[in-house]
Amino acid sequence: MMDQHLLYEKLESKFADSIFPLKTLSKTSDTTIEVSVEKVLAILKFLKENSDLHFDHLVCMSGIDKKDHLEVVYHLFSYQHNHQVIIKVNLQDKNNPKLDSVCDLWKNANGLEREIYDFFGIQFKNHPDLRRMFLPPDFVGHPLRKDWSPS
Amino acid sequence: MNEIQIGPYHPHLPGLFHLSIKMEGEICKKISPTLGFQHRSFEKIAEQLPYPSILPYIDRLDYLSSMNNELPYVMAVEKLLDLQIPKRAEYIRVIMVELNRIASHLFFISYLSKVLGSHIPEQIALNDRETILDIFEMACGSRLLYNALWIGGVWKDLTPGIEEKIRDFCPALSTRMDDFDTLLTHNPVFIDRTAHIGVLNLETTLSYGITGPNLRASGKNWDLRKNMPYSIYPELDFSIPLGTNEVGSIGDSWNRYHVRVQEIQESLKMIQQCLEKIPEGPFYQKIDSIKPPSGEIFLKTENPRGELGFYVVSDGTTKPYRLKVMPPSLSAINCFPSLCQDVSLSDVFTIIASLDINMSEVDR
Repeated sequence: MMDQHLLYEKLESKFADSIFPLKTLSKTSDTTIEVSVEKVLAILKFLKENSDLHFDHLVCMSGIDKKDHLEVVYHLFSYQHNHQVIIKVNLQDKNNPKLDSVCDLWKNANGLEREIYDFFGIQFKNHPDLRRMFLPPDFVGHPLRKDWSPS
Repeated sequence: MNEIQIGPYHPHLPGLFHLSIKMEGEICKKISPTLGFQHRSFEKIAEQLPYPSILPYIDRLDYLSSMNNELPYVMAVEKLLDLQIPKRAEYIRVIMVELNRIASHLFFISYLSKVLGSHIPEQIALNDRETILDIFEMACGSRLLYNALWIGGVWKDLTPGIEEKIRDFCPALSTRMDDFDTLLTHNPVFIDRTAHIGVLNLETTLSYGITGPNLRASGKNWDLRKNMPYSIYPELDFSIPLGTNEVGSIGDSWNRYHVRVQEIQESLKMIQQCLEKIPEGPFYQKIDSIKPPSGEIFLKTENPRGELGFYVVSDGTTKPYRLKVMPPSLSAINCFPSLCQDVSLSDVFTIIASLDINMSEVDR
C-alpha cells in the first residue's frame, strides 16, 4: 500500500513534465494529482500495468464544468495493494474538448465516457461507440455545463 | 436474423429500459440496451439545492434501498465538515441500513422467482418484506422513501416499541429462510434454470468495475464493511458469503442468488448485535449552517447492489458545486450485453434478474 506522496513521486520520476504538484484544498478534502492532457493515456496505462501500483479498478469517472475550463476526474483503486489515487485532467478548449479514451484499459470506461460526452460534450478519441447514453439522440446541448439552461 | 424489441415497459424488466435483440431462432446474438427512460436530471438539480434538501432526491435513486443510499452521502458531507456524530446515531443508522439490505434482498428473491415463473416464493418473500416496511413506518413514518438519516445523525430516536418488534422479527425471518432453501435454493428446477447461466468470471467482473454481491459470487472476497470499514462495522461480528462450486459454477446466476440469501442471515446477526450494544445518548448533532470548506471527497459504502459512491465537490457555499453518483447497477448493466452472447431468450431474463439491477439509480 502506498500513500499519496509515494505514488506522486513514482509518477513524477517517470512523467516529470506532465505531472503538476499534489493538491489538497482543505484539511478534509481528498488529495488529487493533475496531469497534462497529452499524456493522460500513457499515465493511466502506467498506473494500471505497473506491478507496484496495479490500479485494476476504475471506480468512477466524472466531468466537472469549472466555468473557464472543463475537468475530467478519474478515481482509481487497487484491490491488490489496497490504495487509491485521483487523477485530474484540465481541458482548456470548451468549444471542442477532446480526450483520449481509456476503454482498452477498463471496460466500464465505455459507459462512463458516453455519459460524460452526453452531459458535457467532451469527445473521446478512439471510443468504439461514442453516442448519448441517457438523453434522447436528438437532444441539443450538454446539460451539466454551467452555462446550459432548459430554455 | 430477426430483431425483437423488448420494453421499455415489461413486467419482467427491473425498471424502464429498452432492449433490441438480434436473434437466430431462440439464440440471442447481440443485445443493445437503450437507457435513459428514468432520467430525472438528479445531478443538475443537486447543484441548485442546499445539502440537507438533496436527501429526499437521494432516497429516490434506488428506491428499494433508500437508507443505504443516504448513508454514503451524509457520511461524505460529515467528513468534509470534519463532524463527529453521536455513537447512538451510528448504531441506529446501521440497524436501519441492515434492515433495508434485508428488504432489498427479499425483493430480489421475489423478482427472480417471478421471472422464473415461480409465484409462491415471490409472494412469501414480499410478505416477509412487509414486516420490515411496517418497522420502517414505525421508525420514520414512511414505508419506502425515508429521509431518515440526516447530516449530523438521524432524524429521530428509536420509537418506543420498535426494538421489541425488531427483536421478534429477526429470529422469525431466520427460520423462514429455510423455507426458501426448499422452495428455491435446492429445488432441481431452479438449479436447472440458474446454475451455469450467465457466468461472470473474475477477470470480467473486475474489468467492468462490478462490486457487491455480484463480485463476491464471482469468488472475490471483498466487502467494504470488512475491507475498508466505516461507521461501527468494526465492532460487529459477521462473515462474508462467497460464490462456490457447490451447485453450478462460481460466478453463475445461482451463486448470485445464494450469496444474497446468505447475506440476509448475516444482516440479521448484525441487527441483533446492534440492539444489544446500542448506547444511550444523543441521536443528532445539530449544525446551524451546512457549508463545507472548498474541497472534494469521494466516499463509497456497501449497498445491497454493490458499492454506491458519492463524489461531492464543494465551493464553500451551502450548495454543492458538483454532486456525482456512481451507482453499482451501472457497471452491471454495462456488462450485461457481453454476458448474453449466444444465450437463449429465456436465459436473458434470468441473467438480468440475477444481476439485481435497479434502473432508477442507473438513469438518475
